[in-house]
Amino acid sequence: MSTLLDIQDLKIHFHTRDGVVKAVDGVSLKVEQGEIAGIVGESGSGKSVTAYSLLGLIPMPPGKIEGGRALFQGTDLLRLSEREINQFRGRKISMIFQDPMTSLNPYLRVSTQLTEPLAIHERLHGKPALHRAIEALEQVGIENAEKRIHSYPHEFSGGMRQRVMIAMALITKPDLLIADEPTTALDVTVQKQVLDVIRNLQKETGTAVIFITHDLAVVHEMCDSVNVLYAGRLIESAPTAELFHKPLHAYTRGLYKSNPGTHRKGEDLYSIPGLPPDLSRLPAGCSFRARNTLGDASLCLTDRQPELIEIQAGHFVQNCPGCLARHEAAVVS
Amino acid sequence: MLELKNIRKTFRKGKESVYAVNDVSLNIQAGEILGLVGESGCGKSTLSRIIMQLLLPDSGSVHLNGTNLSALPLSAIRHHRLDFQMVFQDPYASLNPRLTIFSTLGEALQQRHPQLKGDELRQRVGTLLEMVGLSSRLMQRYPHEFSGGQRQRIAIARALAPEPRIIIADEPVSALDVSIQSQILNLLRHLQKDLGLTMLFISHDLSVVRYLADRIVVMYRGKIVESGDAEEVFDHPKEAYTRQLLAAVPKLPSVVGPV
Repeated sequence: MSTLLDIQDLKIHFHTRDGVVKAVDGVSLKVEQGEIAGIVGESGSGKSVTAYSLLGLIPMPPGKIEGGRALFQGTDLLRLSEREINQFRGRKISMIFQDPMTSLNPYLRVSTQLTEPLAIHERLHGKPALHRAIEALEQVGIENAEKRIHSYPHEFSGGMRQRVMIAMALITKPDLLIADEPTTALDVTVQKQVLDVIRNLQKETGTAVIFITHDLAVVHEMCDSVNVLYAGRLIESAPTAELFHKPLHAYTRGLYKSNPGTHRKGEDLYSIPGLPPDLSRLPAGCSFRARNTLGDASLCLTDRQPELIEIQAGHFVQNCPGCLARHEAAVVS
Repeated sequence: MLELKNIRKTFRKGKESVYAVNDVSLNIQAGEILGLVGESGCGKSTLSRIIMQLLLPDSGSVHLNGTNLSALPLSAIRHHRLDFQMVFQDPYASLNPRLTIFSTLGEALQQRHPQLKGDELRQRVGTLLEMVGLSSRLMQRYPHEFSGGQRQRIAIARALAPEPRIIIADEPVSALDVSIQSQILNLLRHLQKDLGLTMLFISHDLSVVRYLADRIVVMYRGKIVESGDAEEVFDHPKEAYTRQLLAAVPKLPSVVGPV
């Protein structure tokens, strides 16, 4: 397997009235060709900002890319002009969002919206384009695609709209699909269908996927590798099986432990206390220290940021002694 | 405590009429959390609106502590509405952004006790905030100054304020991050224990319902297809639909060794 996308030390800051918000502060991660790479974290962890920067979607100002590279097939996506990035958007890299209704144009028929990327990127028009569009809808499991393609977005249910989005994103056969919480707004049965569609298409076409979510269980079912972000930094990264076999960082363990499925009834749910730190006033040391109850907060670094180390082949973790420690109570239970 | 008998409700869609709720009977005991599960469009929200007396059923009746609410005149129903309070999915949308927390909660308290004023009202608002795990010093703030999880706590405090008999929680944790979700679930469970809270907990997430609810009712296409003890339904589902719903829940593996 070769590396499709190599993000190195990415820093994206937002300059606001209340100071500099360090939304992404030194994130490095890799996406291999044809894999599904998960990015997990809470709201404000920097997962969406990281993904948006790849397509030049960060509003600047107030945003600013302070440093780092994002090498995609050898091209640094962060250094491209608007004209150049348009050669990648929707052709080599596509994106789907949480709420399909906000990304589909309610005034245009699905057929118009599905054939637009073909007209722009492949100069394909008329009947041949329509055929491709119908094919794309069939691929995502929409029955009676020949008729339904002439409908408007509101005539589809939530799950079906998300399928239309996926069809639209994949119609140009991109090398990378960025899926930003694509199933968070859907209920479990529909979520399963949409996840199956993404996975099957990914297998068939070999498209790599960056899958952003806050749901560890979804990551476990979908992804080949997992990157855990916290307060704008990568705190742990490993192949999925390895991460779930042996989560190391106190935050990763906390996320796992907060899941109701891992608890007996009547037992208090573990919850990570407090809130993520203010990104404009990050502490000098370990940013998880104040919430660390599964490790040993007294051992957390306070003078410098913990570094990411490769603790085992392919398993990276922030080297903070307090977060890697295991709280005695936790060890006993 | 709350009993629904043979509720039916149809909506017209052009010439067709669609059964949103089709002959549903259920009861909730005092101090119990009843989990209502089903996918979008199965009729859960219509059912909760009927309980809230916001929609009239075509047939069937809603009984609260033996009183048949469906037989009461509209003016009397309005009085009973205080007995039912709701907590919604989106705490951003359900709090008035232009009112301080004190005004929002004060107003809710005065619905039940119109004579509450001044220091006494302030004290009661403070007690409510502390009950949901927030500091009473925060009462002069506005909703936008709080995080999503804190806002959901405020929404829960507002629901508790008029001393309702039953709280209907419609997907109250679906929009929250996992770490916040577990804090809110703990809060609801402690409130149930400490206040003897009675609750209808609506969700599509079976693992959350299994954890929180005493009993589960599974709805599909307007009908109840299965009901019973929460863990029993979760571990030994009888109906094919329940099994299908369970199979769709993404699962976490068990981690080797201590976490």
